[in-house]
Amino acid sequence: MSESPSAPAAPPGSTPDRKPEEKPSFSRAILDAVIEGNSVVVTILAILVAIVLGGLLIAFTTQSVLHAWGDFFSSPGNAIAQAWDAASGAYVAIFEGSIFNPHTVSALFQQKSMSIALHDGTVSSVFYPLSETCVQATPLILAGLSVAVAFRAGLFNIGASSQWIGGAILATWLGYGVNLPIVIHVVVCVIGGFVGGAVLGYVVGLLKARTGAHEVIVTIMANYIMQYLLAYLLGKPKLLEKPGANGNLISPNIASNAHLPLLFGTHLRINAGFLLALACAAGVWWLMNRSTLGFEFRTVGANPNAARSSGMSVTRTWVLVMLIAGGLAGLAASTVIQGTDFSLNFQSYGTYGIDAITVALLGRSKPGGVVLAALLYGALHAGAPLMQASTGVPVDIVQVIQALIVMFVAAPPLVRAIFRLRAARAGGTGQVLSKGWNS
Amino acid sequence: MTTLAVAGRSSLSIGRRWVAPAAFLLLALIDIFFFAHYAHKGDATLAFSQPFAKVTVPNLALPGRATAYVMGGLSVVLAAARALELGKVARRASIGLVLFFFVIALLCWAYAGSSNTFNVINQFQGTLADSIPLILGALAGCLCERAGVINIAIEGQLLIGAFAGAIFASAFGTLWLGIIAGSAAGGLVSLLLGVFAIAYLVDQVILGVVLNVFVSGLTGYLYDKLLVPYANTLNSPSTYLPIKIPLLGDIPIIGPVFFDSTLFLYITYILVAAVQIGLFKTAWGLRVRAVGEHPQAADTVGISVKLTRYRNVILAGLIAGIGGAFLTIGSVGSFGKDMSSGRGYIALAAVIFGRWTPLGSVGAALLFGFAFELQSILSTINVPIGSYFLLMVPYVATIIAVAGLVGQVRAPAADGQPYVKA
Repeated sequence: MSESPSAPAAPPGSTPDRKPEEKPSFSRAILDAVIEGNSVVVTILAILVAIVLGGLLIAFTTQSVLHAWGDFFSSPGNAIAQAWDAASGAYVAIFEGSIFNPHTVSALFQQKSMSIALHDGTVSSVFYPLSETCVQATPLILAGLSVAVAFRAGLFNIGASSQWIGGAILATWLGYGVNLPIVIHVVVCVIGGFVGGAVLGYVVGLLKARTGAHEVIVTIMANYIMQYLLAYLLGKPKLLEKPGANGNLISPNIASNAHLPLLFGTHLRINAGFLLALACAAGVWWLMNRSTLGFEFRTVGANPNAARSSGMSVTRTWVLVMLIAGGLAGLAASTVIQGTDFSLNFQSYGTYGIDAITVALLGRSKPGGVVLAALLYGALHAGAPLMQASTGVPVDIVQVIQALIVMFVAAPPLVRAIFRLRAARAGGTGQVLSKGWNS
Repeated sequence: MTTLAVAGRSSLSIGRRWVAPAAFLLLALIDIFFFAHYAHKGDATLAFSQPFAKVTVPNLALPGRATAYVMGGLSVVLAAARALELGKVARRASIGLVLFFFVIALLCWAYAGSSNTFNVINQFQGTLADSIPLILGALAGCLCERAGVINIAIEGQLLIGAFAGAIFASAFGTLWLGIIAGSAAGGLVSLLLGVFAIAYLVDQVILGVVLNVFVSGLTGYLYDKLLVPYANTLNSPSTYLPIKIPLLGDIPIIGPVFFDSTLFLYITYILVAAVQIGLFKTAWGLRVRAVGEHPQAADTVGISVKLTRYRNVILAGLIAGIGGAFLTIGSVGSFGKDMSSGRGYIALAAVIFGRWTPLGSVGAALLFGFAFELQSILSTINVPIGSYFLLMVPYVATIIAVAGLVGQVRAPAADGQPYVKA
């Protein structure tokens, strides 16, 4: 597939017309990137293809569009216009719900003075969509980092969902079960979230290191075990059940001392969890790229045999990586419970586990990429409810687009084939190492 | 990593010998100190025939507490025996017996002194019905993985099979069209799996997970967009009624369990036999297994690796799709969002638990189906045990299996590795 006709396989000097030491100009570099489809270009094109396919799905499941296409030969213009309107309407609604809604600005100008606008929340409503995007992105960043860290060490963590639940159980319990002063309580709960997730990750790593149990299978199974455990705990009055919940499987609300502080006033839900997530991304970047431990992680991920022969303990690395990955997923739960939900129910884990995988893949397992990918998916999640309310397009379309993006990102040769790009240098981009159950 | 796993294993091998006896002893202690100790006074009644059956078998009344004590005692004996060196057959039989004693002790505890009777026939009928999608999904897993393609997309294949089955059966009013459509839809998802895995060399585990997300999103979207507004035409299929096989269906106990069910159960019988015989008794099966174990060697003797893999992956999707169609037109009728609810992952667990053999995974699927059915029956009589723990059984069992605590589990050698001709 990746027949690379150009580039560095040939030893330097064998191509006399190009001096290898000369840096290409900036514009030339960009042009090369586009033509050859490097990872960034492929990613952007993958997103584009997914959005177009999603738009087609929206258009051709809308009744008015189908009617218009029934009369295609009498009025082709109308048919195409109808399809465009249906698809673009949905995407505009997502944009307005996640980034910027012009109506909020016009409302702002109708206020008598800035101070009134500040006071009654009109200013906040301008920033409300962006705040929601960040709120939705927060757990995605952390859970995505969890999957990404494991990826870099050659492990596939499908169990972010179970680790999320582990973190959530501990954070929630600490949130309502103990009484602590204001700042300390927040910190204790966040640490609890980390520990709750880390324990589960540790078990997975230990099982793999000691017995060779494949982490994919163990984490899939752990997801279901934790879901049932959560339901069990929430149904027991002495454990996590809210007094008087009558089998509704919901925990008590956590104490207000344990809430993560809001960043921009009470009208916007954006909270310190977002900063925590960004800090973790920076921390993971430092860990992976600047620390000895991270070097070991990456070496084990790239070639466990080489890592072993150079004296690294592969098994210890697996355990540590899974511990950190689990902890990050647990932190994601912490930011949800302490930042926005304030209680835990039997479905709180939602789709974080799966979303985390798509975020990590789209972000190519790099912390910066994960943050960007999480913001993109966060925006889709934040805008989806408005889209459903105003255009009637079900929110599930977001899941479809998410999956399509990752499918195309994971198959760069396909994207290159669609856009007729040349194969990238050095054997393709973002090729994930394919491994079987036995490796 | 293989060498490493071996190294890790050898260091544990001394401890591992005691794992099985310890587990047996644990179950025995639960039998004695929980089930027997907390059992109410009185008899636990087991029924072996359904109401209005032609030939009836008398009910069996067991003294609850005493029986549980006996079961626990027998388990202790087995635990002691297991500590000695045993042959392969004896080892497997001992596992089965201990589990059987455990279930009996559990039933004695739950039903002792109660006016309810535990109907064994219903339990087994339900087990088979619950197992149909698991068995078909597991067969799909075996077919794929034996050819060297990891199939985590079973969940998606089941879900889309259920979706297409409901829509086609409902819109055209013919049930068999539902089966065909469900099967074809499963095949389509498989085709995607095949193209991305075989032609574009995408990591198959990632791909499977993403395909599941895709199918879940797509069916969820179409459900809200089409099936809810047009529920009367698109989402109200009739369902298959049980067909009783003459003579065989009248045999007491066995008849109602195995020969009085919907068409799906009979299709399942045929497919299980076909896949087992096909994989292990035919030239085709030999080629498939060669491709899954050593694609280079298979290629050298002239077997087309890619073609074999494509064929098996699509075949797997077609089978899983039938299992999906069962979820709608074989049982409840209308489609609901994410109604496969993790059955595909359980089927995957069954494949691994059954060591990548069709019969083994069918056995595992039946075991898991039994646990689910027992859970749903026990939850109707308000047993104070957390029914969630019974639901966890398949998952915990699978982790124990892959951790090698009940013998080594080994996947086909080339499973998950794309084949690129050198």
